[in-house]
Amino acid sequence: MPGVQRIAGRAVALDRRDVDTDQIIPASWLKRVERTGFAAGLFGAWRADPGFVLNRPGAAEARVLVAGSNFGCGSSREHAVWALQDFGFQAVVAPSFGDIFRNNSVAAGLVPAVVSEPSAARLFAALAADPDAEVVVDVAARTVAIGSARLLEPFELADYARWRLLEGLDDIALTLRHEQEISAFEAARPAWLPSLAGRGG
Amino acid sequence: MAGRLFDKIWDRHLVASPAGEPPLLYIDMHLVHEVTSPQAFEGIELAGRKVRRPDLTVATMDHDVPTVGLDKPIADPLAAEQIARLRRNAQVHGVTLYPLGSIEQGIVHVIGPQLGLTQPGMTIVCGDSHTSTHGAFGTLAFGIGTSEVEHVLATQTLRQAKPQAMAVTVDGELGPGITAKDLVLGIIRALGTGGGVGSVIEYRGPAVRALSMQGRMTVCNMSIEGGARAGMIAPDDTTFAFLEGRPHSPQGKLWEQALDDWRGLATDPGAEFDREIRVDASALRPAVTWGTNPAQSVTIDDVVPDPGSLSTPALRQAAERALAYMDLRPGTAIRDIGVDAVFIGSCTNGRLEDLRAAAEVVRGRKVSPRVRALVVPGSARVKAEAEAEGLDRVLTDAGFEWRSAGCSMCLGMNGDILAPGERSASTSNRNFEGRQGPGGRTHLVSPAVAAATAVAGHFTLPGDL
Repeated sequence: MPGVQRIAGRAVALDRRDVDTDQIIPASWLKRVERTGFAAGLFGAWRADPGFVLNRPGAAEARVLVAGSNFGCGSSREHAVWALQDFGFQAVVAPSFGDIFRNNSVAAGLVPAVVSEPSAARLFAALAADPDAEVVVDVAARTVAIGSARLLEPFELADYARWRLLEGLDDIALTLRHEQEISAFEAARPAWLPSLAGRGG
Repeated sequence: MAGRLFDKIWDRHLVASPAGEPPLLYIDMHLVHEVTSPQAFEGIELAGRKVRRPDLTVATMDHDVPTVGLDKPIADPLAAEQIARLRRNAQVHGVTLYPLGSIEQGIVHVIGPQLGLTQPGMTIVCGDSHTSTHGAFGTLAFGIGTSEVEHVLATQTLRQAKPQAMAVTVDGELGPGITAKDLVLGIIRALGTGGGVGSVIEYRGPAVRALSMQGRMTVCNMSIEGGARAGMIAPDDTTFAFLEGRPHSPQGKLWEQALDDWRGLATDPGAEFDREIRVDASALRPAVTWGTNPAQSVTIDDVVPDPGSLSTPALRQAAERALAYMDLRPGTAIRDIGVDAVFIGSCTNGRLEDLRAAAEVVRGRKVSPRVRALVVPGSARVKAEAEAEGLDRVLTDAGFEWRSAGCSMCLGMNGDILAPGERSASTSNRNFEGRQGPGGRTHLVSPAVAAATAVAGHFTLPGDL
């Protein structure tokens, strides 16, 4: 997974709260066994409306999605993250995220930037005034900026998540450095815990 | 310091707490299904890794399996490929699989408790947000994405920042005919759809203690609909009675040891929570959702609310969008809303107790001719047990279709869907736009209300029939 330092490009403003992952990628798309090929399914039902923000000229080049609170709530489907990435998004900026979606984003290399409600309101206002404005998400500095509107808003991203995103690290490889501790833990587990051993596959 | 159920389980699963990194948590049981696992198995193979603990991993097929015509090949080629892939992955990696046709096949959150694989004090994960169901046993259980599924397959651990602990205390007693589903929809209404973000909820209080294990599972199942990472209920004699004698429950001396341990898990008196909300059980009435998220509900005695009455512009805008999608007008009595379909099933309400409640209502009655009504048992074993009690006859005599186990119309991946514009009364967990099929309109209710509504053709209570 490549690291991500700074994302610059157009943004799509989706000023709705509680956007669930069923909307981001409808269930009919979950039958794919690959990690890619989801771009056409992104916001599948909402895109049928010609006025939907993803249908405006320039949206195909967007790199940043600005959304309302509790973005990515609902289903755990990581396919929602893959669909956003396949479409071209590298960061989502919102006042809050569904917990599973946020974890999935960091794991897959999509930046989940948590801004305050007032920051989100200023970003939406700036994008309403100039939908083609360049938005810069700086992962190292944890800021999102719209230079043309003189906006520089801080965002929250846990230190470990930031490090992983910057370096593009493989989480499993990091965990396997603790192999000895895992083995020691396993040796001490209570005997009554359930196991499928010997039940056959 | 007085400890909480959540901390006690969390602390005993810490493998490592490296400085500057989220702690590494050991996972006691990993449940796997066909939809969120193929990319994870592919990932470990590409990296040359193995499934670390196939003995702590169990797989079944539920999300896109057909619920009719199981004797024929699966018609949907994509679903067939996904199911074949799970079969192959289970075989290659030595993972126990309960495939279509097995008596142990079923919705992953129904079969875990049924097999006794879900026990107090454990950590359980699955690539499915309704993994919170298992919290009913005093288990820390939560949904994860596919990258995390891969991480657990490879390491049997997960990196997790510690969530906050929230208490939802339910005082009083549920009234006659008021179910766990009405309780949890009432809790989510109070909490809001994002109110639990970043938290693990412990459900407490006399009304929670009085619930059966099935009811507790219904409550914990929908924790994610309030945004919570997990929901849990301290284990007690109700829990132990449910577990005793199940295929994977401890036996003999180990059962006694386990019981001693489990009795110490409950939150100590005087423990404090990061946040607490209180709900009065005696004030609850049967709940019906009117909108497109599970927090948008009222009672069956109410009318569709006026978005103008809501507290913030964002909530008003969301309600207006929801009413437009649902084709509802403010002020319409809930009882005057007609339905085209009724779905009884899912990991929320697809257990034997739920099917009994539905059968009780429709016994000797007929489903309205304008309604298509479906019962989908949560597992093959639930189906067999219901048939042994004759529930299938009661339901089919009334005009319900009696299907085989799976997620079915809860998420409409297997072809059991609403037509565009159709309206359902559903015992499932999500009323999101298009959840039960593109353009479909979902109202979440309890099994008893769903069954009564199937008979009347519009929302109604069993007592109104």
